[in-house]
Order: sequence, then structure tokens, then C-alpha cells
Amino acid sequence: MADNAVQFELVSPEKLLLSEEVEMVVVPGAEGDFGVLPGHTPVISTVRPGVIHIFEGGSVKTRIFVAGGFAEVTAERCTVLAEEAVPLDEIDREQVEKDLQLANEEIADAGDNATERALAEQRAESARAKLASLDSQTYQ
Amino acid sequence: MASLKDLRVRISSVKSTQRITSAMKMVAAAKLRRAQEDAEATRPYAVRMERMLGSLAQSAVTAGTAPPLLAGSGKDDVHLLIVMTTDRGLCGGFNGSIGRWTRKRILELRADGKEVKLLIVGRKGRGILRREFGDIIIDTLEDTARPTPRFETAAEIAQRARDMFEAGECDVCTIVYNKFVSALTQDVTPQQIIPFALPETEEGSDDDTDDQASALDSGAVYEYEPDEQEILADLLPRNLSVQVFRTMIESFASEQGARMTAMDNATRNAGDMIDRLSTEYNRTRQAAITTELIEIISGAEAL
Repeated sequence: MADNAVQFELVSPEKLLLSEEVEMVVVPGAEGDFGVLPGHTPVISTVRPGVIHIFEGGSVKTRIFVAGGFAEVTAERCTVLAEEAVPLDEIDREQVEKDLQLANEEIADAGDNATERALAEQRAESARAKLASLDSQTYQ
Repeated sequence: MASLKDLRVRISSVKSTQRITSAMKMVAAAKLRRAQEDAEATRPYAVRMERMLGSLAQSAVTAGTAPPLLAGSGKDDVHLLIVMTTDRGLCGGFNGSIGRWTRKRILELRADGKEVKLLIVGRKGRGILRREFGDIIIDTLEDTARPTPRFETAAEIAQRARDMFEAGECDVCTIVYNKFVSALTQDVTPQQIIPFALPETEEGSDDDTDDQASALDSGAVYEYEPDEQEILADLLPRNLSVQVFRTMIESFASEQGARMTAMDNATRNAGDMIDRLSTEYNRTRQAAITTELIEIISGAEAL
């Protein structure tokens, strides 16, 4: 492996989404974004819903939205386990807004059914996070 | 003896049955390949999650701070069995063997004075278990694997099990499913998901077997963010969903394998039957011709 690269892996329950060598990757940790360069100290962190930025040549190459999960970082690897991951430019704002509305209606309809309510709330949460990610473009 | 026309009708009906079974066999074979690929694709996530969980859970257990999902509720009075069956039939003994195993298990648990509840996945399982255990089935989920098992469904099932556990409605939760051995063989396997049983390999053999865990080997200690407790509390429910998802995928692959085998047998049996019927048809036809000839000849002789 090249000395100046991190082996970045993005895994969803359904499949291995991405496995490549990158210069730097910024992960939205539960307690703030953190960048991973080669030689990073080993960390296990939860990931909040947000955007993973992959850097190439000093600027952002890829933006991927993740709906929470976990990150495991070692000196030469960075593995993110995410339940949902979509490239940011594939997210359709209208669709997300529709999803959010639907989820909110379901929350209202769920009433006493705790399971349904929890599931709908998760969906609403993820939709809100997507919208927020679309609005903010932190890194260039 | 059946008339010629009857035989013709039967032969053609068996032929069309054979066409259907052989088509179903092809479909099952194609789906089986898909299912095996899917099962393969879920492995990376499960492996990595297990790795993280292994190191975290170990320390939590030794520190005595394990959350209920890991340590259990301290009782095992109420058992929840999640029974993985299929929505569609024509897959040989697949659902039957699951049903038999479940029945035996329920009776065993009852003999020990435990209470049992059933959560059934798949229409067929309900049909099998309804008569005897209808009163303890809390729900049946249908169409969970159309066209293939999806993670959201697994998460939903896991959520339900967790809600029940947290509400004190069950103490132990076990999934009963058909483990995929080969296209010909499926094994009924119970897998306990609550409280979560740590995989055997994680205990003590970390250093020599798991070459993936290079960081652990090199003695590196992870920093935890926010902290171990919180990560574990977050990781366990997700792990639950992953476990459910894996059994769903395995069960789906097994189903396709079982159906493929069953349909292969059915096609072969139909072939045998067609052979038998054709022989009978030809004999009958010849007998009819002979009779006719005798009639003509004896008629001519009489003149």
C-alpha cells in the first residue's frame, strides 16, 4: 500500500459499497467531523447522519451521504459501516421533501403503535439530515 | 381400462405440468444464484461489525457494564421464537421441517414451564402452526422477500423483538431458520439473538486467527468516541438487525435450493409418468386395432 494513502471502505448491510485508496477522508463523527490521513490513531466512533467527504489532490472528489453508522479507523484503514449511503449528487431534493412529508404524516397516524412510530421517526430523521446535507457545503 | 381419449387427455395434462415444474426449477436455480451472491455481499458488513462488537463487548462483560441486550434480562421465562418460513409452497420439506422443529421446541420449553410466543415470517409457517399454536402467534409477516430480502424489513423485525424485550414481554429471542448447506440440503438452525451470544471465535483466539484485525494484533488500543458504553448501546440494536437480515438471506437461499430440488424431482416424476402412460396408450391402441381386424375377418368369413 502506498504510504500516503488511506484504505477507505464504505460498507452497507447489503454489500461492500466502496473500497479504494484515498488521500484523505472526512467522516461526520458523533462529536464532530474528523479527517483521516494515513497514520491516524486507532478510533472507533459512531457516525451521525451527514456527509462523508473524500479528498483527492487537496479538494473534495466525492461526497457521500450516510444516515448514521460506525467508523473504525486504524493507521492505514478507515472503515465506515453505514445503513444507508447515497452519493450526494444522486439525492433528489423533491423526493426527499416528499419522503419527509410522508414520514411526518405516518408519525401523526401511528398513534399508540410504538414500533411504527419509531420507524417513521427514523425515516423523517434521515430525510431531514439529507436536506441539511444538501444545504450545507462545508468543504470545497 | 381407460379409453384412448382419456389417456390422450392425461398425457397432455401431465406434459403441461412437467413444463411448469421444469420452468419453476429454472427460475429457482437463477434465484438461487442471486441469493448466494447476496449472501456473499452481506459478509463484509457482518464481519466488520462482529470485529468491533467483539472487542467492545468483551470489555463490557468483564467490567460488568453490559447493557440488557447483551447481558439479558436476568430471567428466561418468556421465549420469543421468530420462525422463518416462505410465502409460497412447492419447495419440498422446507416449511414442514421448520414447523416440526418449532413444534418440538415449543413443547420442550413448555415442559420446562416456560412461556412461548411466536413471531412468524412467511405465510406458510402460519398455516402450519396456526391450528396447534394459534393463540401464541403474536403476528405474521408476509411478503418479506419480494423480490429479495431487504434490510429495512430485517430492521423492522429486529425493532419489534427489541420493543418486546424492552417492554418485558420476552426474555429470550431466538430465530429458527433453514441454514443453507447446499442446494440439496438445508439444516434447521436456531440462532439466539437476545441476549446476544458472543461468537466463539472472538474469545481468546483474537491474536492468531483473525488476520484482519491487524490493529488488535499490533497491540493498538482504540480510542472511543463518544465512549465505549454509548457505542455499544448503539451497536447492539444495529447488530440485531444485521443478524436478522443474515438469517433472512440464508433462509431465502435455502428456499430457492429446496424449490429447485423439489421441482427437479417433480419434473423427473412427470417424465416417468408420461412414459408409463404412453406405453399404456400404445397397448390400448393396438388392442383396439386387433379387435377391429378380428371383427372384419370374422365378418368376411361368415359370408
